Amino acid sequence: MEIKENYYYSEDHEWVRVEGDLAYIGITDYAQHHLGDIVFVELPEIDSEFAAGDTIGVIESVKAVADMHTPVSGTITGVNEALEDEPETLNKDPYGQHIAVLKMSNPDELNNLMNAEQYAEFCEKAEE
Amino acid sequence: MSLKRTPLYPMHQKHGGNMIDFGGWELPVEYKATGIIAEHHQVRQKAGLFDVSHMGEVDIRGEKAEEFVQELITNDISALKENQVCYSPMCYPDGGCVDDLLIYKYDRNHYFLVINAANTDKDFAWMQEHKLPGVTLENVSETYAELALQGPLAEEVLQSICDTDLKEINYYWFRPAVKVAGIECIVSRTGYTGEDGFELYTSPDKACELWEAILEAGKGEVLPIGLGARDTLRFEAKMPLYGHELSREITPLEARLDRFVKLDKPSFIGKEALAKQKEKGPDRLLVELEMTGRGIPRAGYEIQKNGQKIGWVTSGGYAPTLGKNLGLALVEKEYAVPGEEIDIIIRNKPVKARTGEGLFYKRTK
Repeated sequence: MEIKENYYYSEDHEWVRVEGDLAYIGITDYAQHHLGDIVFVELPEIDSEFAAGDTIGVIESVKAVADMHTPVSGTITGVNEALEDEPETLNKDPYGQHIAVLKMSNPDELNNLMNAEQYAEFCEKAEE
Repeated sequence: MSLKRTPLYPMHQKHGGNMIDFGGWELPVEYKATGIIAEHHQVRQKAGLFDVSHMGEVDIRGEKAEEFVQELITNDISALKENQVCYSPMCYPDGGCVDDLLIYKYDRNHYFLVINAANTDKDFAWMQEHKLPGVTLENVSETYAELALQGPLAEEVLQSICDTDLKEINYYWFRPAVKVAGIECIVSRTGYTGEDGFELYTSPDKACELWEAILEAGKGEVLPIGLGARDTLRFEAKMPLYGHELSREITPLEARLDRFVKLDKPSFIGKEALAKQKEKGPDRLLVELEMTGRGIPRAGYEIQKNGQKIGWVTSGGYAPTLGKNLGLALVEKEYAVPGEEIDIIIRNKPVKARTGEGLFYKRTK
């Protein structure tokens, strides 16, 4: 299972990649693996505001329906529309495919998230 | 409570099954190397091997065995030949379903019934309750492992290790005491995927050996398939699932299984209620539907027309071979016609769908 350095991770298995005050968010390799074949993605609307932990979208696999949360607060400035037609790319390239981009309202929240090493340990425990 | 394991549990471990709790049984939803969609395509294009040992089996014997089975089921077995198999709902007096099952006829005095795993105890109690004098009933679920080999290559692969000419076993026929890789099995040409294929019943202590012999005969063209793909395959082929398309509350006529309800039979449990329902037409009926908006219909989602509830989705999902989001739904009869525009309530929002006909998978050969 792949875990990327220099990304932030939530306990809900979302990742955050920071560029300036923008947070790119997606789901981890662990998450895609556990969901199985992804067949549908519902994306948030541009300009909508969310607090950390809010549900911003939905990811459906053949066997399950899962909420997608945002690990940080902010306003949606972009979404990965390609996922609407090809949701399966989340299985193939979970770190290369962000789901949404947020302009962070409180970048300090990043301190509440895990780094790669902590997340690796977290996943290991979840598997036990 | 610990989960029950089938005799093939070691095979699921060996092949990397992702094990889940399936109605109290520890069974693979998929295998790590493949996944549900790849397994689905494997069965449609080549062949797949399923562990369905959790299914229940009941042996019925005695002079009145046929009379008794006739009373239990809605279908008519009076014309059934020896070694023939028949599908039927089994109903309560009010027409709701106790279960749906397969009936294997050895002869007039001996039938073998295959019932849904989760219903085994309930069904057996129901049968006991309605037993006729001179009939013996035995729940033999523990004495059989069941494997299903399904897909276009199923016959060729099985034939290579089988002592019986499989061409002689037609669709919905069976042979007892067939030797497969030297192991004695009941082999029927039946299945739950919409493909050609076989179901094999054998002794639990031979199950792993049989499993491995079939995979080996397949030379990589046969893969183990989990319950996830079993569900997408049966759904895509529009085969009913108890608890979804049929239940205590849903009659076989509502589920449009009329051809398995023989109202001209002298008597069976539920006949009066079903005859009455047939005469006036059910108030609600099963329909096929296809999403026209973005979303996946899932079992239990409400269906509306002009803001009013008219029914619910019984099964739904992404159909991998067809590449469409399809559903089966029970709706009020006036909407149970093809071409009706309806709304499915997905996460509190109405999403457009259309009822249809012939939307589901049918194999071409």
